[in-house]
Formats: sequence, C-alpha cells, structure tokens
Amino acid sequence: MADTTNLSRAGAVPAHGDSPLVRRTLIAVALGFLGLFLILPLVLIFSQALAEGVRVYFDAIREPDSLAAIRLTLVTAAIVVPVNTVFGVAAAWAIAKFEFKGKSFLITIIDMPFAISPVVVGLIFVLMFGATGWLGPHLAEYGIHLLFTPAAIVIVTLFGTMPFVARELIPLMQAQGTQEEQSALTLGASGWQTFYHITLPNVKWGLLYGVILCNARAMGEFGSVYVVSGRIRGETNTMPLHVEVLYNDYMITAAFAVASLLALLALVTLAAKSIVEWKIARDMRLASAAAGEAPAPDGESAP
Amino acid sequence: MSIEVRSIRKTFGKYTALDNVSLTVEDGCLTALLGPSGSGKTTLLRVIAGLEQADAGSGPILFHQEDVAKTSVGERRVGFVFQHYALFRHMTVFDNVAFGLKVRPRKVRPSREEIREKVHAMLSLVQLEYLSGRYPAQLSGGQRQRVALARALVIEPRVLLLDEPFGALDAKVRRDLRRWLRRLHDEIHLTSIFVTHDQEEALEVADRVVIMDKGRIVQEGSPDEVYDNPKNPFVYEFLGNVNLFHSRVEKGMAHFHGLRVESPQHETAKGEGGRAYVRPQDFEISREPLGESSFQATVQHIYRLGATVRLELAREGEYLTIEVELTNDEFRARGISKGDKVYLRPRRVRVFTDQEMDDSYTSSQL
Amino acid sequence: MNSLPRLRQHSVLPGFGLTMGFTLLYMGFVLLIPLAGLLFAAGQMSLGEFWEKGIADRRVLAAYRLSFGASLLGAAINGVFGFIVAWVLVRYTFPGKRLVDAIVDLPFALPTAVSGIALTTLYARTGWVGRWFEVFGVQISYTWIGVVVALTLIGLPFVVRTVQPALEDLESEVEEAAAALGATRFQTFTKVIFPSLLPAVLTGFALSFARALGEYGSVIFIAGNMPGKTEIAPLLVVIRLEQYDYNGAIAISVVMLVSAFLLLLTINGLQWWSRRHEG
Repeated sequence: MADTTNLSRAGAVPAHGDSPLVRRTLIAVALGFLGLFLILPLVLIFSQALAEGVRVYFDAIREPDSLAAIRLTLVTAAIVVPVNTVFGVAAAWAIAKFEFKGKSFLITIIDMPFAISPVVVGLIFVLMFGATGWLGPHLAEYGIHLLFTPAAIVIVTLFGTMPFVARELIPLMQAQGTQEEQSALTLGASGWQTFYHITLPNVKWGLLYGVILCNARAMGEFGSVYVVSGRIRGETNTMPLHVEVLYNDYMITAAFAVASLLALLALVTLAAKSIVEWKIARDMRLASAAAGEAPAPDGESAP
Repeated sequence: MSIEVRSIRKTFGKYTALDNVSLTVEDGCLTALLGPSGSGKTTLLRVIAGLEQADAGSGPILFHQEDVAKTSVGERRVGFVFQHYALFRHMTVFDNVAFGLKVRPRKVRPSREEIREKVHAMLSLVQLEYLSGRYPAQLSGGQRQRVALARALVIEPRVLLLDEPFGALDAKVRRDLRRWLRRLHDEIHLTSIFVTHDQEEALEVADRVVIMDKGRIVQEGSPDEVYDNPKNPFVYEFLGNVNLFHSRVEKGMAHFHGLRVESPQHETAKGEGGRAYVRPQDFEISREPLGESSFQATVQHIYRLGATVRLELAREGEYLTIEVELTNDEFRARGISKGDKVYLRPRRVRVFTDQEMDDSYTSSQL
Repeated sequence: MNSLPRLRQHSVLPGFGLTMGFTLLYMGFVLLIPLAGLLFAAGQMSLGEFWEKGIADRRVLAAYRLSFGASLLGAAINGVFGFIVAWVLVRYTFPGKRLVDAIVDLPFALPTAVSGIALTTLYARTGWVGRWFEVFGVQISYTWIGVVVALTLIGLPFVVRTVQPALEDLESEVEEAAAALGATRFQTFTKVIFPSLLPAVLTGFALSFARALGEYGSVIFIAGNMPGKTEIAPLLVVIRLEQYDYNGAIAISVVMLVSAFLLLLTINGLQWWSRRHEG
C-alpha cells in the first residue's frame, strides 16, 4: 500500500496542478463530507451495537426472532440472486453481443427499478395480490395467499434487484466485443461451448461483483418488503424489518446489533468491489496488450 | 481445395458492401484481396468464412464444388486469422491452439495425448514451442500472429482466411512475417486468401492479386499482370505513386506538356480529353534535352530515402509538381542539386481517356 | 434466412432468440405488467378524484413539497461536494485514498433501514454530531433538515461515480494548452475543465435526485413524520394503503412514477448529449 502511494505520487503531480493550499483544503472538504455522511454513521453502528458489551451483542443476535429474520433474509437472497443472475446474463448477452433496434430503450427499461420508489413496488403488489386485488381473489380460490407471506417478499425483492447483474455485465461485455467468440466459432465450438469457455471467463469478475451487489441489495431491501410482508415477528420479518421493529420498540442496542450484521455485509460488498475492479482493470490491460501494440520486440521474452 | 463464390451481394442497411462479386481461387493458391478501406474486401472474406451472411438472392459459395452457403461457420472448417488475432486472453498459448480440438464432439475428439502431440507439432511449425505456457499478453505482436495462425491451422482447415494479417505489426516485423508466411504456404499448400490494404504486401506475397473498390472486384491477375497492366485509373493510382497529366488523345497519340506519346490502344481517338499516368521511377532525367519527347523542369526539393532519391520538380510557370524517383547511383552520377533545370522524358506512359474513366467500373465487371 | 431482417443485424453468434426472448418475458412479468397495472388502476379513477387525491390535497401537496424540495437540495449538495470528492480522488494522492474511494459506494450496499437508524442517532440532539448543532439551536433529526441529510447520503455515490470517469478522461494536455495560452488556473477551471464535466455533473445530479425522490427506508426514521410538515410522499403512500385508501395511494404513486420516468428520460438525454459533445 505505502509503496504504491509513493509510486503514484511521484508521477501524479502535474506542473499545471493546484497549489498545496487548494489541494489540502479540497482534500479536507472531501474527507469532512464523507466523514459526516458515511464514516461516522458506520462507526456509530458498531459502537452502538457493542455499547453494552459483546455478550449483549450476541444475545441480541441469538434471540429467536432475530434468527428467524436472518433465516428469512438468507432464503430470500438464495432464491432472488440466482434468478436475477440468470436474467442478468441472458439480458447482457442479448444486449451486448448483438446489434438491434431499440437497444438503448431496452437498457433504459432495465434501469427502471432504480428510479421507482420501493413503496410503489409494494403498492403494486398489494393491488395485484391483495384480498381485493386483481389476482388475489382468484388465487385465494385455490388456497393461495401471497400477501403477507415470504413469497411476497421474494417477489418484490426480485423486482427491486433485477438490474444489478445485467448492469455490471453489459458494459463489460460490450467493451470486450465479439472477436474472441467469433474466433471460437470458426474453430468449431458450439454456442454453449463458446459462452462457457470464452465469454464467461472474460466477464467472471464483473459477474461476481454483480452477484455480490445483487445479494447485498436483496438482503437490504426495505420499502417494498415493508409494505407487503405484514411485519409478523418471527415469520415475515427480514433483517432490515427486524431492525426497524427493534428500533421502534426502543431496543436500540439490539437494533444496532442486527444492523451491524447488515453493515458488515455492506463492507464485504465494498471490499469485493475494490478487488473486482482491480482484477477487471488488470484483465483490461492484458486484453488491450493482447490485441494492440507489442510490448516486447519479436523473439524477446517477457517475464 | 478451390474456393468459388458467385454473385455475392451484401448490404448493411443502405450501405452496399459487396455488389455482385464473383471470384474463383484455385486449389493451393495464395490470393490477396487488395483494396482501400471500405472496398468490401474484409466483408468478402467474412462471407466466405461464414461470419457474415450474404444477402438473399446471392449465388453459391463453393468449397471444391460443394455449396457451403447454408452451413454455419463451424461446419465450414475454415481457418480464420483475425486482424487483431482474437486470441483467448485467459488461455495459454497451448490452450489457445488446443481449443479447436478440445471443443469437438466426444466421438471425433482426439485423445488428450493426441491433442498434445498435434498442438506441439503445430507450435513447432510456427516456431513457438518454447512459448507454449505463456499467455497472449506476454507475447510480442509477431508471436501472437503466429499463435493465431497455429490455432487456425491445427483444426486442419479446408481453406485458410487471414484478415489484414500484418496490419497491427510494425514495419520490420511485418516484412519478416510476410516472407515467413510465404514460405509456410509453400510448405503446406493450403488454399489461402488474405486481405490487405498494402499493395507492396500483396504484390510480394501473393500468387494472385484481386483488387477491390467500392464493393466490386476491379481487376485480378498475377502480381506482375496487375502492376504492369492496370486495367483502369483506380488500379493505376492504387498500386504505387503516380504522376498524373491532363492530356488530349488523338489517333494513337497522347499530347501533354508539349509532348507526343504513343498510346496504341487509342488508334481511333478523335481529340478527346484524357489522363496520362507516369510512375516516378519511369522518368529519364538529364541535363541535356532528350529529343522531342522531353520537357524542362526545375528541381524544387530533394528527398533522400536511403536506397533511392525522390525529386520534386515543377515546370516553368506551373504549379503542378512532378515526382521522380532515382537510384542513389543515378542521382550521384547526374550531380543534380536543388534549383537545377533538367530535362525529363517519360519512359513508360499509360493513357486513359475520360470516356474510359467513366466506363472503368462497367468494363471491370465484364 | 433471417426471420427479423429489419430488427436485427445478422450475427454469427447464437442464442439471440433465446436470451432476448427470456429477457423480454422476464421483464414483462416482473416489470411491465405490474407498471401497466398501476397505470390501468389509475385510469379507472375519475379525473376529479385523481386531482383531489393525488394533487390538490393539502397534506399531499406538503408531502410533495418536502419530497421534491429535500431531494433537490440533497442532489445539489451532492453536486457540489460529490464534484469535490471526485476531483480529490482523481487528481490528488493522499494516504488511504483507496479506502476513501471504496467507501463512496457505501450507500449502494448499506441497507437503507440501517443508514436510517444510524443517521437518526448520529444527528439527534444528543448524538455525536447533533449535539454540536444543538448549541446553535439547530435541530436536525425529526425535522426537514434530517430529511435532507438522509437523502444526501442516499444520492452521494451518483455524482462522484459519474464525474470520476469523465475527469479521468479529461486529457491533462487540454489544461496544459490553456495554461500555455496564458489562462490563470481559475480561468482554466471555469472555462475549460468545468464545461466539459458539466454533462457528467448534471447526469449525477439527476440520478441522485431520482433516487432520493422514491427513498423510504432511511427517511422514515429521521423525518419525524409529522403530517404536513415532515412527511414525505412515499410515506404518505404507505399511510394511505394502511387506511385502505387504495385510490389515494395509487394517485400519489402515479405522480411519483411519472416524475421518476421523466427524470430517467432526462438522464438518458443528458448522456446522449454528452456523448455527442465528446464526438
């Protein structure tokens, strides 16, 4: 870490750069802003969670309702993440590797869940599957009730986390073009072989991050789940909902204890992102080296 | 295996990339598709490979009389070398070359041992056996090019297709590699087509040169044929530098710069406008008048290009520059320096009338 | 023969039909049918009822004012400080820079309920930060200022992450050229650097705004939720739903949905514009 910083410092201060005063002021402002909005809240979560000691912390997590919430959250993610991963891979393949009309429109549509309030998602679900909804009464005839069940949670979470894998993969696949795939096809590979042996290894880091981010969002989904779950303790409470219930019951330490697990998940996600970005940058460098100018003269060997 | 395509059309939206192209490549022949960018040469190569589909109504694509137009790229068994090689960046050189064998259906897939042998044999053919454990990013441009070639050849393709195979390399490696490719071709005798925009490369390496422009084939023939006998002004201008003189053509003679030059193919011309072409190396240069068919010009610039010297000259009161190329020896023998007045006589002139220029496309299609 | 000759250019790669079919089917079921359903439900309402419940109601209007106002303010704060953060991350080196760069994405990964309770505690009168404002008689948690704080956090990564790549692409030669032509550092910034980053800043601003508009989880903790004062529009949707006033919930949702969609279109327009500008 230290030597990379020094390395970049040596080359990073251009002659036309800002004066040290400006530089220090701006760094201070930026760090102050991030500190106030991101770092302090993060520190606070862990400090509050451990305020009454490690014992209380673990008791709060081991409490049956907390465990039920953790279990439900894990099950939801276990269903939602694979489905949206399949969707993301399929959508990225169709969008990134082919030219067709309406492509940018389709990308906009995929982004829509970003801009739609989770509360509206929950409302739509209630309108469709509620006791007086469009489909609810028909399903009730077959004894199927979706609203206020874990199934409802899964469905709204599917909606909310739909874009994440696709969004990671599309730019990556577009940047990589189709030359390697074409090459594999000329060598007699089938479509699946081409995808499995060529495309997938090339986007594996982006895919991994998409999956991790999708997972974090699935586990943290709040607004829509709040509306459709009914918030029945021990049954339809996910971790974020459980945090809310505990907090509103003035069980602050317990609330922060469960919240700290989610915060940890977020930190793991960020770490994964940093690693993946580094890997992608490295792969891209290798790729541009592999496609472009020769790094070493002919016959001479690179390390 | 011979390749034959008939009446191929390919359009991208409103843009016509291939306009009714027919081409025959003899068995074992190394053919160059030569043309400027946008001439349709790469599209033609990709249509032959099956990477593009010709428009409906196009004729057949025959590999040894068998129509492959309806088959997929994998079924055609072509060796295709991409312009930027398209090596699999996450595989070693060995795995890159082995890929085409490993993906075969189980029934026809060689055993692991056989694959290893074949790959090593192929790598030794391209002289890269010592690099089999490397990744593409660790190779030089020329080495990657050879890996791409080995990868294409190991599947025992029926034909070899190369898209700008030397395009991404620097000048020296380029020259070495194209000679090496020529020798390799002489060894394996695989019917091959390569695309290039570099006339020098096409003329040096290929058995036959096919010149394309604006989606059509303009001329084809041996390198000597097309160089010595360009069919129309486009080919003439494309194959090397030329000097262009506006002239009048009458009864087998072209008139320009007060010169009269024979142009036997225009026996019946009646004072039409035309263009006379002279290549820079086709001038005789002297301090004394060289008879009736020479004119005087002033040396304006001298460029030394190593083995040759290029002069830029202008006629009295004229803006047009004339380029002349001499060998170093000739240049020294004449003792020419800047500002000298000298006499020029074209040794070889090719004349096209304006009428022929307009017709050149239609005639080249016959 | 290609069955869709006009829609798609031919490609040798297989699987377009399968993947595109699945993509459209999935999006149809998960996204489009539900949205169409909502619009259909809104269409069942009379115009008068829609107007009354979705727009003209005083409590609803107050909620819109707070939601749009606080989102706009939050996005503006992010526009300014996000730009500075992006600048610092691209142009300067300092210890821990990689860590700072990573932490910017925290709002993407941290569940909103968690950031909600954390901010509320932090900015409460007795909180680590809130107590310093209390000295000046300024209360943050349970006021509209708290709403702005929460919405700023939610939209924080957008401006940074759109400006960062644009700033990286900006060739230092352009700045050197401006300096060589005699421009002061300030002139170079206002006349050369900032104009070329403006599309990115605006895109980030719009994304941040759109994201904040629909936010629910982090705001409800810190807002205080006083009707007509600190009640955001998404919360009002939930309240209407709990009162079984479905039409009221639908009307407010449609207004928010249309605003979000317009913002999305604006963002796309901005991106198209900036691509054209880059040539």
